[in-house]
Amino acid sequence: MAYGVIVIGGGPAGLSAAVNARARGSAVLVVSNPPEENPLWRAEKVDNYLGLPGLTGPELMAAFRDHAARAGAEFMEGRALSALRSGEDWYVGVGDSMVQGRAVVLAAGVVRGKKFPGEAELLGRGVSYCATCDGMLYRGKKVAVLGWTPSAKKEASFLEGIGCQVLYFDKPRDCVIQGTDKVEAVTCGGVTEAVEGVFLLRPAVAPGELFPGLTVEGGFVTVDRNMATNLPGVFAAGDCTGGPLQVSKAAGEGLIAGQKAAAYAAAGK
Amino acid sequence: MALRHLKTAEFDGLVEQAPLAMVDFWAPWCGPCQALGPVMEDLGVRYEGKALVAKVNVDEEPDLARRFGVMSIPTVVFLKQGREFDRKVGAYPPPVYTEVLDKAL
Repeated sequence: MAYGVIVIGGGPAGLSAAVNARARGSAVLVVSNPPEENPLWRAEKVDNYLGLPGLTGPELMAAFRDHAARAGAEFMEGRALSALRSGEDWYVGVGDSMVQGRAVVLAAGVVRGKKFPGEAELLGRGVSYCATCDGMLYRGKKVAVLGWTPSAKKEASFLEGIGCQVLYFDKPRDCVIQGTDKVEAVTCGGVTEAVEGVFLLRPAVAPGELFPGLTVEGGFVTVDRNMATNLPGVFAAGDCTGGPLQVSKAAGEGLIAGQKAAAYAAAGK
Repeated sequence: MALRHLKTAEFDGLVEQAPLAMVDFWAPWCGPCQALGPVMEDLGVRYEGKALVAKVNVDEEPDLARRFGVMSIPTVVFLKQGREFDRKVGAYPPPVYTEVLDKAL
């Protein structure tokens, strides 16, 4: 089905956008990693959220998610890996599936866009960002999984399950991917392993990578007062637009983005 | 000729004859490939008579996928007289593909 608004990110900005887009009558899908992987989940105590001081990160997250769910937002667990516009709609690739919506709210938090040497050059020639998408092409082969989240470990198990020989690197740094026409080896922290594939499973894809042509400055998405980006139907909110990286700011921006995205979706119908 | 679905047996003949070809390696179980589907259909019509726009199902034609070193789908390969000169890995909006085609025409 085609949604009115697809929200990428399940933190305060994304869930606030979901609640407010629902309030304006849009069908809303929230695409996110499991809540336990959200940075807010790790906050021991949040003391500056107006009227509700002293709550823990998990308490706030649970309340936000519950609110969005009760407002009628739908949830999908996974990472948004690609987005393309065709006709009037956006198509967002989430793992090995694809969702369709008129407007998108990008609220995926701060994502570092720095790639490892060899990563861009060997993309599609052994470098992959999605185990469930490309795993079948690596059956019986030795692959490295570079993982940064618990979900990444699950994807590594999936690869083992279909018959890949998996080497798991937990939150690796300073990696280099080697090979001329295709991946031949990977080096992380001085250790080199011969592999035919390298799966890089980061918490999220950098905004400029996810949306080709998106205006990004200093790693943050450029938005106007309506939280609109330079791309039609794409709005952004929360940490991905810049500091302060605080819950109140994220929720406020999410409200604007959710309302404007819902209005955009409704106008196109 | 609009979008073609190519089999291994006919691939070389057709692609080598074409001054310009664009081949989408895909599989039915791949979501991003499905989003690219309508884009390819549209390009097939728009470039009719100018370029061969084709799809290859990697499940049905594993030899072709292996020959082109396709290890992530969708992968779109651009060829002149059968020789690859560019490729795009992943699904992108139409201008990403038309730019490559227009430059090569």
